[in-house]
Amino acid sequence: MVENVKALLKAHEGIKHEVYLDNENSTIVPKDIIDAMLPYYNKLAYGNPTLTHKPGWEAFETIMTASQKLSKFLGAKILEEITFTPGETEANNLALIGAAFANKHKGKKIVISAIEPINVLHVVELLQKFGFTTTKIPVNREGFLDLEKLKEASDKETVLASIAMVNNEIGTIQPMKEALDIVKDKNPEALFHTDASDAYGRIPLNVQDMKVDLATVSSYKILGPRGIGALYVKESVNVDKILEGQIGTQKLWPGVENTPLIVGFTKASELAFQDFEGNVNRMHTLRDKLVDGVFAKLSEVKLNGPKGDKRAPDNANISFLRCEGEALTIELSLAGVYLSSGSACSRRLLQPSHVLVAIGRKFSEAHGSILMKTTRYHTEEDITHVLEVLPNAVNRIRGIVGSTGVD
Amino acid sequence: MSRIPLPYTQKVLDLFRNPKNLGKLEDANVISVAGNPACGDMITFYMKINNQAIIEKISFESYGCAANIATASIVTEMIKGMSVESAWKDVTWKKVTEEVGGLPSVKFHCGILAVGAVKRAIRKYYEQKGSAPSWLPQELTFEEKQALEEEELAKKLSKRLKVAEEK
Repeated sequence: MVENVKALLKAHEGIKHEVYLDNENSTIVPKDIIDAMLPYYNKLAYGNPTLTHKPGWEAFETIMTASQKLSKFLGAKILEEITFTPGETEANNLALIGAAFANKHKGKKIVISAIEPINVLHVVELLQKFGFTTTKIPVNREGFLDLEKLKEASDKETVLASIAMVNNEIGTIQPMKEALDIVKDKNPEALFHTDASDAYGRIPLNVQDMKVDLATVSSYKILGPRGIGALYVKESVNVDKILEGQIGTQKLWPGVENTPLIVGFTKASELAFQDFEGNVNRMHTLRDKLVDGVFAKLSEVKLNGPKGDKRAPDNANISFLRCEGEALTIELSLAGVYLSSGSACSRRLLQPSHVLVAIGRKFSEAHGSILMKTTRYHTEEDITHVLEVLPNAVNRIRGIVGSTGVD
Repeated sequence: MSRIPLPYTQKVLDLFRNPKNLGKLEDANVISVAGNPACGDMITFYMKINNQAIIEKISFESYGCAANIATASIVTEMIKGMSVESAWKDVTWKKVTEEVGGLPSVKFHCGILAVGAVKRAIRKYYEQKGSAPSWLPQELTFEEKQALEEEELAKKLSKRLKVAEEK
């Protein structure tokens, strides 16, 4: 099997210009972030932060400084509200399982949006085995939460709500204040969690102003290293830890802290926020150039998600009718353009993207969708190159499809 | 369940990049379709079967992944010039899978669908003629049943989608 993959890689030889747009699923880590991390592997703070020697104290100081910085970026009150976890998946697991278990005496109802990230969907399924019930709130054709349905679904038994601030696939920015007010009006003690991974570094975000109880952020979503994320837990909120083990500096996550990754995450945050508006404008301009270019060059194209200022600045999700997404991702890969698809085949799951289905896209539209996210590191030339390559790829795949596969 | 990168073979990649016998066939006398766009997996075969029951010409269109395209393409090469009887008897999904150098297990259904579409075409040919040879079984073959199952699944999914929408 590995031999086959080696041959596939060989087929990519000679590509002159590569453009990576699959920043939903993983990203490059810029050199300045790697450089910031490297000394922490063997020059300083490589000790266990709970131990009484210089490298240990250095690690403790490094992690506390990082927590302090992250709490500032998130608008948290104190640094103790930050728990570093190995990523978004773990932070969401801790938020939902930890909050549900610690507060189960208050109620057993959970409300989430129908377009939550996959890991949230799976966690609430797990919680159902422990007697919790879940209501999935539908969204409209642009992915905005149905607030009336949220009102109907929330009551005094609602213990927890989880609504991602920005949808990871179609970039919809949810009306967070309205959603939170609805849940808290029905039950002031209900906890409100948001997976803010796709909001962090893209739209203004302040957990105190938003009055959320729990918020997840992820390092790789802002070009930091993979394997690190964080959960904000408001000071007054009770959350059980979900893993057992040697307790370190953090009460909610056991094990030895990964100091270099924490440093990388912090550096990524600093770079994202040191020129926040400039960075956002850059992503936004490149994204618009990309989407406008696709619409100018190809017909039978649909934008998935909203237009305008209620869409995350980096997100481009487009359906090509009469075009299957997995075939398109391979075709584009062979041309040096890397992106992902909501097609069932490409995801290697039996069904296409639940988000596209929830916004009412036909299955065939979901199968022909691609997801691209721009970053501040992309250039105008990158986007121009994609706009040269993409129409040829779509047209070749459409040529294979012919009149087959039309609903 | 785990998700691994799809380790397509060189042959699959070659056929994906340069599919053989692609497109509509103007003088086709049998056209068969299998799969459903809802599954993202659909094939059309166009065949010209002559009076001696030889598949004289065949072409395909595919709405599907690289494996779907490759298996449909290889099937056209395998059965071009064959008698209808030997296309029915000798072209199994396992043979198709072998011919493309193997497929990841999650893609076996692509080869099955392609063979299912061939068998449908052959049935259709004899239905059009109004007489069936003795070797043609009444009962659906494994590949035809699988194609039907996939289409039923697509219908169910679409129906569920509509119900959810109406709510």
